[in-house]
Amino acid sequence: MLAILALSPFLLALVALCLGKHSRWTVLLAFGPAMLAVCFGSMMQAVMTSGPFSASLPWAESLGLTLAFYADGLSLLFATLICAIGSLIVIFTSRYFDREPRAARFLATLFAFMGSMLGVVLSNNIYVLFVFWELTGFTSFLLIGFYHERKEARSSAIQSFVVTGTGGMGLLAAAVLIELSAGSHDFSALLSGHAGLRESAAYQWIALLVLAAAFTKSAQTPFHFWLPNAMAAPTPVSAYLHSATMVKAGLYLVARMTPLLGGTALWMGLATAAGAVTMTVGAWRAVAETDLKRILAYSTVSALGLLMMLLGIGTESAVTAVFLYLLAHACFKGALFLVAGTLEHETGTRDVTRLGGLRSAMPATALAALLAACSMLGLPLLAGFVGKELLYEALLSHGSPWALFLLALAVGSGALLGAAGLISGLSPFAGKIRQAAPAHAVATALSIPPLTLAAAGLVAGLYPAIVDVPIGLAVASTLARTTPVHLSLWHGFNAVLLLSLLTLCAAAALYHWRDAMRERIWPRSVGTEQLYTGALRALDTVSAWMLPALQSASLRSYALVLILTAATLISGALAWNGLPGIPQITEVRPAEAAAAFLTIAGAISAVRARATIVAVLSLGVTGYGVALTFLLFGAPDLAMTQFSVETLTAIIFTLVFYHFRRFRSLSSRMIRLRDFTVAVVFGGSIALSLFFVGTSVTPFGLGRYFAENSAVLAHGRNIVNVILVDFRALDTMGEITVLATAALGVRALLQQGPRNDGKPVSPLILRTAARLLMPLLLLYGFFLLLRGHNAPGGGFAGGLVVAAAYSLNAFAFGTVTARRALLVHPSILIGAGLLMALGSGIFPVLSGKEFLTAQWLAPTIGLGSPLIFDLGVFCVVIGVVLTMTFMLGEE
Amino acid sequence: MELLLAITAGTLYGAGFYLMLRRRLAQLIVGLGLLSNGTNLLIFTGGGLTRSRAPIIPEGQTTMAGAFADPVPQSLVLTAIVIGFGVLAFSLVLAHRVHEMTGSDDIDEMGLKK
Repeated sequence: MLAILALSPFLLALVALCLGKHSRWTVLLAFGPAMLAVCFGSMMQAVMTSGPFSASLPWAESLGLTLAFYADGLSLLFATLICAIGSLIVIFTSRYFDREPRAARFLATLFAFMGSMLGVVLSNNIYVLFVFWELTGFTSFLLIGFYHERKEARSSAIQSFVVTGTGGMGLLAAAVLIELSAGSHDFSALLSGHAGLRESAAYQWIALLVLAAAFTKSAQTPFHFWLPNAMAAPTPVSAYLHSATMVKAGLYLVARMTPLLGGTALWMGLATAAGAVTMTVGAWRAVAETDLKRILAYSTVSALGLLMMLLGIGTESAVTAVFLYLLAHACFKGALFLVAGTLEHETGTRDVTRLGGLRSAMPATALAALLAACSMLGLPLLAGFVGKELLYEALLSHGSPWALFLLALAVGSGALLGAAGLISGLSPFAGKIRQAAPAHAVATALSIPPLTLAAAGLVAGLYPAIVDVPIGLAVASTLARTTPVHLSLWHGFNAVLLLSLLTLCAAAALYHWRDAMRERIWPRSVGTEQLYTGALRALDTVSAWMLPALQSASLRSYALVLILTAATLISGALAWNGLPGIPQITEVRPAEAAAAFLTIAGAISAVRARATIVAVLSLGVTGYGVALTFLLFGAPDLAMTQFSVETLTAIIFTLVFYHFRRFRSLSSRMIRLRDFTVAVVFGGSIALSLFFVGTSVTPFGLGRYFAENSAVLAHGRNIVNVILVDFRALDTMGEITVLATAALGVRALLQQGPRNDGKPVSPLILRTAARLLMPLLLLYGFFLLLRGHNAPGGGFAGGLVVAAAYSLNAFAFGTVTARRALLVHPSILIGAGLLMALGSGIFPVLSGKEFLTAQWLAPTIGLGSPLIFDLGVFCVVIGVVLTMTFMLGEE
Repeated sequence: MELLLAITAGTLYGAGFYLMLRRRLAQLIVGLGLLSNGTNLLIFTGGGLTRSRAPIIPEGQTTMAGAFADPVPQSLVLTAIVIGFGVLAFSLVLAHRVHEMTGSDDIDEMGLKK
């Protein structure tokens, strides 16, 4: 049930794709996430009484991985938030994209993101968490780059992906280290037992890697620069991913890991410090911007920093403040982003200096903006106020001097943030109309979502007790102890209230002098983005420098590098492990030695040859030598196949190399010497390794099995053939497909060339010989095919012999005659052969057996599906070879 | 004998590779053929040499008795031979077409000619 809930947004993504252009209906899709939000919300009560849920689906079981889900208070708080805001975003999008032809794709990606995000917060397995974590990064990449025709959208998408993806790699490394250290990768197991991660040797690494992942995802300084750039995304994305949900995944991770890794000076210090710096930098930069979305983006960075800082402090009141402020922030920042989107949709600009006086043109939007801005400012009666009170209280009650320093930073950032909130939420609506004016009234679908979010902030501000349960549960999960939380609006007249009032006044003052300050004080850049661009540029430079060295576009230098590497690895391995001593070898017999020397002589002659025909014949000699070796060492099937192949190769070579007669040496003496040396080293290392490997293997791992079952199970006595057509028929099927593809390639290459009727001028002796040999060869080929299951032969060997017969015929009498003698076109033979092989495999499937299970009609005479399979191989081989020889003959 | 076959396979590899480094198309393809033969011999020898009988069960019996050649490397090599042939033939035709279109059989010259 939990698994279905968690994965259901992916289904919605498919539905959104199917709905396509019917944008009127897309608004209905918002019901999906809304229902999910209700489900997750109601599950909180159940968690209160009966503890966390878990569920799992099978995944990579051989790796011990299941798609495991887990829902405790922390997970459910995030899940509810994701789905609730998600449904509002879908409503907003349905109208926002009324003129966008790619809206369906956008919505599908948005749902895929929602599913990934739910996966992150609900996964029970740290690897599953990683997978979903990366998926959120990937979907975010797609969404930021949605307007992919814009260069800036593309580079921003890449930037966010590189930054968060690098952190993600850290998470994977941390996951591996955690599993190695604690022996488990399930959160439920890790959290319930004493995992002892803090005492493990790898603790520092784990903590650093987890924090790196969280910092990059949650845009903490110095990685914060990707978030403002991500504003190239359509506004619903900014509101959803880059404010309310995805960027909070880092906070979720830190909260989730706090019971396992938290409490140490390293963890707390890093999180607090990074958070404090981010909070200050973000707030400072937010007021300096004029683009609505960038103002909001920097203020989001600041809020994320604030939350990270509080998580680092980790006291009960600090963690309570985290979750309350998280909810409040999701409401007001989501609303403000949607307001920004509405403004852009209606007026075509996001520049705050050009917007003003729009309150009467869009009253509902203005109301939402005002409420949200006041919540961000921390005005009493709104959720932001309660959050701010808790924050100050947590820092005041901590008691240490550095907490007071942080308090000062927080008050300062709070004032700046408040001003940013007013700039984005108040200034476009207050005062006189400036340059930009709306063309028409705002659609309901655009005004309802921000209004809902802003109203939620108001409700939570008036009756904070309604979020007691979710926040209490989340705090309990983070601190691993049950803590009743009771929130209230009014905390009495005390220092905290005074600080709140101070923040308010400072914010109002900053807002009043905003234009003057923007021009003078704020530095334009803080500079970590230059590090990123610098690193990218350095990579480009290094690549540009390495490219000519590595990619010379010369086949020979690639081959040289490959071969030298191979030779070095082989000889290096031999030298490293030491030679295993001279192995036991068998004596040399004269016939065998003759075969080997024949092969060697052929190879040397091929190298020395100056005429093409000599080189081709030498190649043939090596082939025959190898075939003889096969014959002498108990492999008649191989020998037979090799003999036929060598013959056919010689024929095809002759057909083609008619054009290349002699070769001069084109290379200089030095190059030849170099190549010769490399070749000798390579050949030597192959010989050495073969000598030691070949004599040290234990033969008959599988061979024994095949020998025992070939006759009993497969009714065949030629074990090699039985392996090919029965035991490993699927492999053979692959091979004949490769052959058919090669023939297809040859056809494609040769069809463009000029054609003739392929009538050669051949000597009488060839014609006479061909006439005599043709029937004999044909008969022999069929004989080989039929007896192949029990004696040397089979489809490959038989097919090659038949093909040789027809090739000879074409040589002697021309391809017209040969084609007529074949009766069917070679391509038809290939197709029929493939179909026969496939059919013999599909037949058993119909009766419920595995693909390619042998079916026997009369095993004693070899009548069964393996024969049909072999017949298929036979036809494919004939078809392939004849396609080549016929077409070459007609060139 | 193993030593001799190892040297043979090594020679085929060395010669094949040397030819692949030449600038002539024809030599390149002959080299490919030598490498193919060398590889077949390598797999065959690497699977263990047996002078005894072929892996064919005598008539009237259900299993092999005594020593026999290992059928597994043999079935590997058998398909390798045929595939090797297919590849060789394809590259031959490719070389043929390239020669036809560029009028040269010098690999370096082809690259320059547009």
